[in-house]
Amino acid sequence: MELYARRRLSNWLVMGLSVAATAFGLLWLVLVLGTLLINGVGAITPSLFTQMTPPPGSSGGLLNAIAGSLAMTLIATLVGTPTGILAGTFLAEYARGSRFGEVVRFVNDILLSAPSIIIGLFVYEAMVIQIGHFSAWAGAMALAIIMIPVIVRTTEDMLRLVPSALREAAAALGAPKWKVVVMITYRAAVQGMVTGVLLAIARISGETAPLLFTALNNQFWSTDLNRPMANLPVVIFQFALSPYADWQVLAWGGALLITAAILVLNITARFVAAWSSFK
Amino acid sequence: MPADTAIGRRQSLAGRHVALGDMAFQALTLLFALLVLLALGGVIISLVSGALPALERFGFDFLVTEKWNPVTEKFGALAPVYGTLVTSAIAMLIAIPVAFGIALFITELCPNWLKRPLSTMIELLAAIPSIIYGIWGLFVLAPFFQEHVEPALISTLGAIPGIGLLFEGPPLGIGVLTAGFILAIMVLPFISSVMRDVFETVPTVLRESTFALGATTAEVVWRVVLPYARIGVFGGVLLGLGRALGETMAVTFVIGNAHHIHASLLQPGTTISAALANEFTEAVGDLYLSSLIALGLILFVITFIVLALAKLLLIRLERQAGS
Repeated sequence: MELYARRRLSNWLVMGLSVAATAFGLLWLVLVLGTLLINGVGAITPSLFTQMTPPPGSSGGLLNAIAGSLAMTLIATLVGTPTGILAGTFLAEYARGSRFGEVVRFVNDILLSAPSIIIGLFVYEAMVIQIGHFSAWAGAMALAIIMIPVIVRTTEDMLRLVPSALREAAAALGAPKWKVVVMITYRAAVQGMVTGVLLAIARISGETAPLLFTALNNQFWSTDLNRPMANLPVVIFQFALSPYADWQVLAWGGALLITAAILVLNITARFVAAWSSFK
Repeated sequence: MPADTAIGRRQSLAGRHVALGDMAFQALTLLFALLVLLALGGVIISLVSGALPALERFGFDFLVTEKWNPVTEKFGALAPVYGTLVTSAIAMLIAIPVAFGIALFITELCPNWLKRPLSTMIELLAAIPSIIYGIWGLFVLAPFFQEHVEPALISTLGAIPGIGLLFEGPPLGIGVLTAGFILAIMVLPFISSVMRDVFETVPTVLRESTFALGATTAEVVWRVVLPYARIGVFGGVLLGLGRALGETMAVTFVIGNAHHIHASLLQPGTTISAALANEFTEAVGDLYLSSLIALGLILFVITFIVLALAKLLLIRLERQAGS
């Protein structure tokens, strides 16, 4: 009986620790989001969306940074989405079981987890140095390269979930393979693919390190994609580390904006995925 | 011969169109798949060519020199490499047991209706960008560490000979320990979600038969689930490690950015990625820039090895599960 009591005790201990670990993990989510809300809500004013980033010591907003972030994210999405989807299509439809497909999948997974700062260095060497100056194009390029592996991965996974019977039925009706892929498989997997794209956008919205070396920053309004462009993450980085109270408030406001956008994207993505017809 | 008739000719023409369309589409997807390979190739080539001047100048000494002096142009990678490894080690030390606990809770204890919301919430930890952890770490976590955690560590562990060396000096809040702790929170969701997935691959029959023999839940996990899933668990840990090694912004905010190696974890240090984020845009001179890129190359090599190993383990697991 003593042995039984000891085993029960150790079981309770392990279970207790496991509950504690879960509480510990959730605690940080609550703490980070709570701090963001407390410090950031005060900074969300109309001027945040209508004024430019200010010089030290005066008030202003984040309009140029918000616009810059939106522009670069949009370009990155326009480049990254078709690239990722087509590469993912290759892996799922044309390279099943092939050696080459395995290599591409492996490399893609490495890129998926590779430090984003390394991608920034690559684009710096490949674009910024060649062109001779920092630019929004380079920033968008770096973001696109970070985005592509995410989309490749989700596209492949989602296409693989489509039952072969659908493909075979379409092929039996005489549809050529490309038509089967575009009109049948894509259509069946579209929710999953949209989820992937949304998650990829969420992933790049907060990326800071690669933009430091590529888009840099710009204190002023600029629509010239060939010049350095303001963007939220780099502005937050600069303002948060500054000694000026005005700047720090703006940094919190920007941080809240980014996080809210990312959470909305993530939750939308999950809804779209839950909606999907094949699980 | 049907091909001689008009209809037959049209059919074979249509067939050729189809074949052409198919080939074009396949070639298109192949092209974009090649772009993925090209991206990795481009990363390697650009890092190596950028790092070459520094590596030629300093040679192997670059890896074993602590000195980092932009004025005299003497550069060595030892301090940032050390910082990268130590912060990641601290992160793993904290994150592995916690992630294990979370995975255990989700797979074994949690009621079914709570599983999804809970997993989602833990995964949201991974969605919060690095810079948010950075600003939070700087304004919330670092002061908390300075006032509460570090004085406590100094007065307890600091008094023990040997281990005490790790907790020497004034509590600054900013330092290697705080950076490692933030990293732990950041990699937690990656490790726990892989662990959860591999725990769920354990066949129910195995689990149930152990229960039938009278085992407690803890014993089932320890004796059956963990041995069955150990490769996957290890793969998940390596995946988390790969993340921790390359994390940039959060670390940059709280590590203090000093190119020194201290035995004490409470002192400021630097990591490869923090050094890059801090100094890259302000680096004057080709040798300085090249030395920074050489740091990037070292980081890439380390993370590549870790991630490749993780990937190979997880692929092996998938094959096992498939067969």
